[in-house]
Amino acid sequence: MSLTNVKHIFLKELRSFFNSPVAYIVIVVFLVILGWFFTSNLFIANVSSLRTLFEMTPFLLLFFAPAITMRLISEEKKSGTLELLITRPVRESEIIFGKFLAAWALYFFTLLPTLIYFVTVSMIGKLDIGVVLGGYAGLFFMGAVFLSVSVFGSSITENQVVAFIVSFLIVFALFMLDKVLFYMGGLGGVVVSVFQYLSIDYHFSNIERGVVDTRDIVYYVSAVTIALSAGTTVLQRRRWV
Amino acid sequence: MSIQVTNLSKYYGETRAVDDISFEVHSGEILGFLGPNGAGKTTTMRMITCYLAPTAGAVKVEGRNIQYDSLGVRQMVGYLPEQNPLYLDMNVSEYLDYSAQLQGLESRMVPRRRREMIDVCGLGEMMHKDLGQLSKGYRQRVGLAAAMIHDPRVLILDEPTSGLDPNQIVEIRSLIHNLGLEKTVVLSTHILPEVQATCDRVIIINRGKIAADAPIADLQRGLRGGDKITLELLAPDSETPQSISVILKNVPAVDSVTFTGETDRSKKFSIGTSRSQDIRGDIFRLCVEKGWVAVDLHREQTSLEDIFRELTMQA
Repeated sequence: MSLTNVKHIFLKELRSFFNSPVAYIVIVVFLVILGWFFTSNLFIANVSSLRTLFEMTPFLLLFFAPAITMRLISEEKKSGTLELLITRPVRESEIIFGKFLAAWALYFFTLLPTLIYFVTVSMIGKLDIGVVLGGYAGLFFMGAVFLSVSVFGSSITENQVVAFIVSFLIVFALFMLDKVLFYMGGLGGVVVSVFQYLSIDYHFSNIERGVVDTRDIVYYVSAVTIALSAGTTVLQRRRWV
Repeated sequence: MSIQVTNLSKYYGETRAVDDISFEVHSGEILGFLGPNGAGKTTTMRMITCYLAPTAGAVKVEGRNIQYDSLGVRQMVGYLPEQNPLYLDMNVSEYLDYSAQLQGLESRMVPRRRREMIDVCGLGEMMHKDLGQLSKGYRQRVGLAAAMIHDPRVLILDEPTSGLDPNQIVEIRSLIHNLGLEKTVVLSTHILPEVQATCDRVIIINRGKIAADAPIADLQRGLRGGDKITLELLAPDSETPQSISVILKNVPAVDSVTFTGETDRSKKFSIGTSRSQDIRGDIFRLCVEKGWVAVDLHREQTSLEDIFRELTMQA
């Protein structure tokens, strides 16, 4: 994989996020919703923590990740620019990775203003820095998984609505796996622990507590790798059929 | 040899889009790829540009195989796909820079090549406009500029003039013609005069097979056994078209005589000859002998349209 190509694709996609209303809408809507829940909870709970931020973001991301990425590949398929892109000396993996990084960067810029919460809350009470760092790290890893899965969703169709729905279904399944385990008790310990391992929320709750476990890191990295490889394979498929 | 296609086939499921074709393109040649819609032109071009993989057969571009050295081939080829897809939210300079970067040009070369291409394609005034705001003719120029940004040795242009107005077509054609002086150009079209105007050689493709492959001049001359001669004459009313036909048929080398119509006093005939030798002299002398006044006597050039129709309407 040539990193120069990845860089060019990354920069182009990032620029087109910020040249169009997409980036601004995503950032503003995300912050408005988050801000509403964050401030209304903070004084009721009367605890100086960023918990609401770390609990709400995964929910919002369920919708935002597919929304950010839905056009990344499907639009190029529809308009035909993908043919141009692929007939340049660029590997499919570089295209997918560059686009994924651009979406991840947009997510980073969306979370950046939430540092205001960190500043304001630490002015009124003492924050546990470890938990905050863990929480942010967890958000970034979780975002990477959601976004990479959604890039895959965008690669399989030229219809953005289909891309959105498919991506949403997959991230929703990953997200809910942990929550339905309760009903699966009868299936036996092994099945439950497999499902638990696959569930993104399970790993997130570890890291959110400030516990960085290699198993969780392995989970995030492999989930992203699998999703991006699947996207790459979809783009390569045209060469076999 | 710039492009070498050997026994190339492409099946889409059961459909044979391209069926065992072989041809070669020399360096510096402009090859016209002609065929009705759905003949397999685009599919062939997509295989040469590494967008699709062949079902069977091989393609070599400048000696490199598209399957084993795909990246190498893509570095040497400039491609303008059908419909000229573009990122409509980018402006001209941004788009050309992005194309240059993806082509692997060194970053210090990028602005220089961009300026050169903007000059060559006459895009100076449009540099900072979004591609979405440009007219179709300008978009086509941007597409061409992007295809040539890395100074490729081979240019593949899929219907480069479709959707342009006559003036723009002339401009793009002369641009292609100039390019052909130093590059190998393959262009596809279903517009026949375009091939006549720009290409050195033409390949006519129909139903995935090559129907003809020849220099344009040869094609026009050689395809039919003989010529077609049009004769219009003034003859006394006593002579019926039938009787004239019979007399004309007696001229050596005349194959067929068809009466094609009558105006006032003149009668029109179409004469088919079996040899490509010119027999207009013989016909003229015959007319003098019989006391007919020949008002029109000319040999018809077989047009590319006729050849095309003949080759592609069979079966």
